[in-house]
Amino acid sequence: METVELARLQFAVTAGAHFLFVALTLGLATLVAITQTRATLSNSPVHTRMVRFWGQLYIINYAMGIVTGIVMEFQFGLSWSGLTHFAGDVFGASLALETLVAFFVESTFLGLWIFGWGRLNRWAHLALIWVVTLTAYASAFWIMISNSFLQNPVGYEQSGDRLELTDFGALINEGALTAFGHVMSAGLVVGTFFMAGVSAWHLRRGTHEQEFFRKSLRLGLGLSLPAVFLAISFGGVSFDFLQPTKIAAWAGDQERLSEAQAQMAAQLGPGDYLPPAGAVQGAGMAMVILAIVMFIVSAIGVILMSFRGAVRRSRVLHWMLMLAIPIPFLTTIAGWLFRELGRQPWAVFGLLRTEDAVSHVTQGQMLTSLIVFSTLFGLLMLVNYWLLARTARRDPSDVALGSDKPIETPAPALTY
Amino acid sequence: MEPFILAFFGLGYLVLGGADIGVGMLLPYLGRSPRERREVIAAIAPFFLGNEVWLVATVGVLAGLFPIVEGELLSGNYVAVVALLGSWILRDMALWLRGRVPGRGWQLLWDGVLVAGSWGLAVSLGLVLAGTVLDMPLLAGLVIALIFALHGLAFASLRLSGTLRRRAGALLGGTGEWPAYALTASAIAVIAVVSGLHLDLSTAGSMITPVILAIIPFLVAAQAWVWWTFRGRVTGPSYL
Repeated sequence: METVELARLQFAVTAGAHFLFVALTLGLATLVAITQTRATLSNSPVHTRMVRFWGQLYIINYAMGIVTGIVMEFQFGLSWSGLTHFAGDVFGASLALETLVAFFVESTFLGLWIFGWGRLNRWAHLALIWVVTLTAYASAFWIMISNSFLQNPVGYEQSGDRLELTDFGALINEGALTAFGHVMSAGLVVGTFFMAGVSAWHLRRGTHEQEFFRKSLRLGLGLSLPAVFLAISFGGVSFDFLQPTKIAAWAGDQERLSEAQAQMAAQLGPGDYLPPAGAVQGAGMAMVILAIVMFIVSAIGVILMSFRGAVRRSRVLHWMLMLAIPIPFLTTIAGWLFRELGRQPWAVFGLLRTEDAVSHVTQGQMLTSLIVFSTLFGLLMLVNYWLLARTARRDPSDVALGSDKPIETPAPALTY
Repeated sequence: MEPFILAFFGLGYLVLGGADIGVGMLLPYLGRSPRERREVIAAIAPFFLGNEVWLVATVGVLAGLFPIVEGELLSGNYVAVVALLGSWILRDMALWLRGRVPGRGWQLLWDGVLVAGSWGLAVSLGLVLAGTVLDMPLLAGLVIALIFALHGLAFASLRLSGTLRRRAGALLGGTGEWPAYALTASAIAVIAVVSGLHLDLSTAGSMITPVILAIIPFLVAAQAWVWWTFRGRVTGPSYL
């Protein structure tokens, strides 16, 4: 493979891993914030314990989101310095705002939320989780603004071999906002399905924590329906903003593909301007089909939930929700592939080709870093999902977050 | 104004984050039993998350205000930057994971990863810093890594109590705790400024500069809240 192919694979591995983690983070943060609001308002012990249980799962996952996100941020300068050189003045501006306006505050306050448990006034502690949640949204907002610029560049002027930002407001356009709404609601779908599925696992086993997991299941499942509805609606609207080449690939119509190709060639001169049509269509189809499956699961779940005793006893409901946990993850990955593969062969649509965006590094260097990051991310995912599953299956009374009982291991340790 | 913004976040990271990296480097010296280890880690636990955002912000500022320098600095130091990221991932994984599963083997494993990741992080940061000035940055990079270790020691002596505090103080010689911290922090700051002066930070200015300037007080206030909350010395283990 050539350097550019290796760089693309490296970016895809990084972004894909990151997206899997942050989608769940976005959803769970919201659910934890809602639960903590209930807990703080009512002082109810069950809600306080729910905050600690779901909060710990959220933190385990958040940590993985950070490390993949850090590699993401460095990727641009590391392997795509052609992109930072060409479009850094525009694209870099929204990335910079993401780190400063959103991520900086989010992470600082999350540390305070975790380690300040029991040290802070409970209203201040509640305010922290809401700031963390809202800055997570702000982070997603600026990332989607940056991404939407790459999809549909606006608000710039080209001078020489660089773009200059001329109209910052133009970056925040309808297409970008629709994409943001789509990602936000997709994150909520991931989180609600996760909460409902984990709760179903405990209820199916006849847990003694009936109230705890029935409330959790109701919260997760209840919110999943509006979340799926929103994700599908925003997704539907965003088809209005797709590039002609992506639309043609989605339709899989040879005639429209040739038409889009001819149109681009007329504007930009001879060249191949089509994305890998089969893969784009496949990913788009997978996304749409899985979205319908989720809508059906969620709707059946909500109907079953309204019958007395079903949340506690219905094996159909429990199994359905447990089996559905992976579906939103698969859907988000399919949707991301549809959006990003469909942009090819462009890094900045119509302005900078992917092959011109890659850094001048050797193939050996790129291959080495690809192996390093893929190995680490593979390991991260295995450990994260194993630890999430392990922690999710445990009794809520064992949770370490917010507990004053440390895990003790009285044994000698190696020293220098 | 733009170079000062970059310096603010860059120095902020190296001084604040340098301390938690240094403590990680010296974990086997500072903590001799599992309980001591947890206590040493508790000294940095509330801060490391808030410290590493300074580096993310530094790269964000580079991306927004100095995109060309960003590309040249990162892709030009490809090996060191990949090592930095790899070490960072390992160090953070170790911090987050070590306390999540009981069992001696699990915690020993992640303690090892934590120490290795912290050293890797210190050396690769040293290489990037020295790389802007020197053609052969290896030796200077190692010296910078040792300064991070000393900085961690000074920080540990300020945060820990009892035996652990004395142990950290022992290697600082007769220097007081705050003077030692000030000394290592200044050494790091001088190195970073010298390194930064070798970057071409000429810029035509950016539309987002005023936005960044306006937001800095809020960022500092958020951080100050963390420092204030955890200003007392550590006497027992935390969540990690």
